[in-house]
Amino acid sequence: MSELVHADEWETVVGLEVHCELKTESKLFCGCRNAFGDEPNTNVCPVCLGLPGSLPVLNRHVVELAMRVGRALHCRVERSIFHRKNYFYPDMPKDYQISQYDEPIDVEGHLELPDGYRVGIVRAHIEEDTGKTAHIGGSGGRIHGADHSLVDYNRAGVPLLEIVSEPDIRTADQAKAYVSELRAILVATGASDGKMEEGSLRVDANVSVRPSHRATFGTRCEIKNLNSLRSLARAIEYEARRQIELLEAGESIVQETRHWNESEGRTSSMRSKEEAFDYRYFPEPDLVPVAPDEAWQATVAASLPVLPAERRARLADAAGVAPAEVALLVELDLDQLVLDSVALGADPRVSINRAQNEVAADIGNAGRLTPSSFAALVAMETAGKITATQAKQVLAAMLGGEGDDPAAIVAARGFEAMDESTLAASVDEVIAANPDQWQRFVGGDQKVTGFFVGQVMKRTQGKADGKAVTRLLQERARR
Amino acid sequence: MPARISADDVRHVAKLARLAVTDDEVELFAGQLAAVLEHAQDVEALDTGGVAPTAHPLPLENVLRDDVARPGLDRDEVLAMAPAAEDGRFRVPRILGEAP
Amino acid sequence: MTPTGSAIAIAGAVRRGERSAREVVDEHLAAVEAREDEIHAFNLVLADEARAAADEIDRRVAAGEDPGPLAGVPIALKDNLCTRGVPTTCSSKILEGWRPPYDATVVQRVAAAGAIAVGKTNLDEFAMGSSTENSAFGPTRNPHDTSRVPGGSSGGSAAAVAAGFAPLALGSDTGGSIRQPAALCGVVGVKPTYGAVSRYGLIAFASSLDQIGPFAHDVADAALLLEVIGGHDAMDSTSIPQPAPSLSAVLDDGVDGLRVGVVRELLEGVDADVAASVQRAAEALAAAGAKVEEVSVPATIYGLSAYYLIAPAECSSNLARYDGVRYGLRVDADDITEMYTATRAAGFGPEVKRRIMLGTYALSAGYYDAYYGKAQRVRTLIINDFAAAYERFDALLSPTSPTTAFAFGAKADNPLAMYLSDVCTIPSNLAGHPAMTVPFGAGDDGLPIGVQVMADALGEPVMFRVAKALEEAVK
Repeated sequence: MSELVHADEWETVVGLEVHCELKTESKLFCGCRNAFGDEPNTNVCPVCLGLPGSLPVLNRHVVELAMRVGRALHCRVERSIFHRKNYFYPDMPKDYQISQYDEPIDVEGHLELPDGYRVGIVRAHIEEDTGKTAHIGGSGGRIHGADHSLVDYNRAGVPLLEIVSEPDIRTADQAKAYVSELRAILVATGASDGKMEEGSLRVDANVSVRPSHRATFGTRCEIKNLNSLRSLARAIEYEARRQIELLEAGESIVQETRHWNESEGRTSSMRSKEEAFDYRYFPEPDLVPVAPDEAWQATVAASLPVLPAERRARLADAAGVAPAEVALLVELDLDQLVLDSVALGADPRVSINRAQNEVAADIGNAGRLTPSSFAALVAMETAGKITATQAKQVLAAMLGGEGDDPAAIVAARGFEAMDESTLAASVDEVIAANPDQWQRFVGGDQKVTGFFVGQVMKRTQGKADGKAVTRLLQERARR
Repeated sequence: MPARISADDVRHVAKLARLAVTDDEVELFAGQLAAVLEHAQDVEALDTGGVAPTAHPLPLENVLRDDVARPGLDRDEVLAMAPAAEDGRFRVPRILGEAP
Repeated sequence: MTPTGSAIAIAGAVRRGERSAREVVDEHLAAVEAREDEIHAFNLVLADEARAAADEIDRRVAAGEDPGPLAGVPIALKDNLCTRGVPTTCSSKILEGWRPPYDATVVQRVAAAGAIAVGKTNLDEFAMGSSTENSAFGPTRNPHDTSRVPGGSSGGSAAAVAAGFAPLALGSDTGGSIRQPAALCGVVGVKPTYGAVSRYGLIAFASSLDQIGPFAHDVADAALLLEVIGGHDAMDSTSIPQPAPSLSAVLDDGVDGLRVGVVRELLEGVDADVAASVQRAAEALAAAGAKVEEVSVPATIYGLSAYYLIAPAECSSNLARYDGVRYGLRVDADDITEMYTATRAAGFGPEVKRRIMLGTYALSAGYYDAYYGKAQRVRTLIINDFAAAYERFDALLSPTSPTTAFAFGAKADNPLAMYLSDVCTIPSNLAGHPAMTVPFGAGDDGLPIGVQVMADALGEPVMFRVAKALEEAVK
């Protein structure tokens, strides 16, 4: 039943599994520190080393974070139990992983992307992380060709929340948007520090393709080792292309797990020839069920902060723009500044632009701005008291610690906008000094506009407003 | 349910359990496992429709600890237990495949 | 010379300064010295450590401190209980030489109560067996007849108490591993309610069934030891959040008016002399005022089958960690999979391998529902049938073991025959209920017979009252 179809009739179908390391003081089942980057094997105890006789005890805060994320993703929080997933691997101290299997804590929710598209959430479940393995003696720390490996169990037993989406994602960009939005929710709920580069968020992508008119899904492959949004997008695009090429060549897709190699820009099969996995799941006898009652759920719900989607909507509403346009501000946690600034009467557009450009460029110092100082700056710019260029410089100075009174900085730098007659005099001087260029300008050559503006700026030491200069030039050319 | 267990069954299970088995052991285990499973046929015959499984004899729920970090074990003590250690970590022979 | 004196008597004398703990310990170590070569109750005797601990107890007594309710009482610890810095082997080559970096909760509790650990006792490897023949370090012999097994898996602990090496011992019971050897060695053995004693530091065999409990010469000592080790422990999620039950205070309340049921199904297929002992025990309880009747607990006949699916399944997972990476034995090999398989093949004995294989099979794809899933439903049936019986009875009575101590090798080649040794004890493990054995008469071969008293979950007080009444009747 091979069916030769042209590539642009294919649709990519993606479901994502995001593993989020939960931000807790201690590990999932023991009191060892949950910390990144410590000396190897210094945050270990009998429990997370799987020493004989040790037993797990569940971290209450993990359950609360899982409940918070569940609420934020519009899931039902259910009675859940833990299972053991049995397989041998040296990074797993007990040679089984304790994980929620068929009765997870969070079920059936959705996540709304900034553009309004909804991605279904199948479930989110709690499980323990593995240790870290370093491969020695091969090339570039790769497993193949290595002579031996070294294991650090600091990460073993760190709490993870695995969030599984429905296969609702259709493009690499949508996958990136989903992970960005999920990351924002995880950070907002206090569940994660969101650091993909430290492995706090790890994404597996289930990718399949199908002719775009078909309702049934194609055979999927699970892509692992996606350590950045860039890898995620590249891997999805590569994998979809690989599958389409196979299908167009009349071959079929083998359901398997594939490894993304960032430097080679391709996925490769992870199957090792002798391995057939059979996880032999069974209920973890060392733990009891987790069944949050109404009161506990209500307390957790009340502790939820305002979530990114609502923050976008709130600011978009106040500023009269589309929610997608303020997504970056919410991500940068600058939405409240802009919202307050707008409430104080500042121009929404200018507030948004200054915040997501100049303030974002020095985000570490954003705390130095108060809504009133920011609003005052924006007001000076929109009133024409200072130019856009000057406004950017004053903002940089405020962020740089020169005080939160923009008027004082403007005065100190002599930034008061020039009065019209002084500016006109400068413009006339420049015209007189450059007759050839002026003839070209008058003749309609727009390319010399920049030259004249630049010359006026030079003569006025940058105090001139570029727009005003252009206006004066045009008036004079019409005479 | 198979009352007989084949040599291949035994080898497959031994592989899952990471046990090297000799041919003699394969034969011995095949017979002994079959005997135990045959005895278990009385359970097989039992009608348990509508009976919930008991994973646990205790009706406890929500046993939780506070999220407080405590010092763990001394690394030297931990690595002293290891059959092989290197550079502060546990040393293992080469691994043939990525984690599943 | 066999040391005399119950744990209660020893602790009383030591606390009052009438006997030194050192003298008590020396006396027991002398008994070990005299007979241990013959019995092999211990994998490790802690002579120096015990003497040092005894001296510390004596110092505290001299200083006017109270060293606790078990002051100066020697105690033998099954070698599957973790002891900090002291080798803990599970009688397996795979853990030979391993020194845990922590103490089991029960080990901490007995030490805090003033008891003195005199050694780590032999067991069937990883507590899998009913004769202690499966130990990697050689079998333990029954002190009553050294040509016979002591039972198992806690054979070393039972033999240590029977031989007078220590008045108290701790064991673990997954399907009868305290009660059956206690019966075969003629001592008292208790499997408490699941969750009544912390499992933290007990090297797991089958986690939903394992429970630590006491061995003692008499019921009162067993009660005291259970009071010391019992009660909530935050390190074990399955620990019942209650203090240890008060048992010593109710021991002499008698059985007048108690309703005791003799379980019909558990008398089937047991030796005639054993059945006769149970009959006499029932009569003794009736004579003491109990209302004794026969009762049917039908689903108990499926206990053995369910147990031999559930316990191996859990064990196959619990024993996966012995892989040569972090501790214990490693057989070097070229790659990790070969290292795993070679290490585990060399480190585990045949019975452990058999159960790992059985359990792996029972959990593997396509068989879970038929085996493990089904066994868990049978477990529910057993619990339901017990619940019905406990509506009518305060305690139940049965044999502990179908036979008296058997000869070495008698069942070694037939796993199923060996498994049948636990047919009477397994139902309580599946239900999570308390059960204990009390010596009651002797068999035709002159060897001890134990009678099992069972009760509903947390029914230890009534169970101990019945046990005490049986003990009185024997005297």
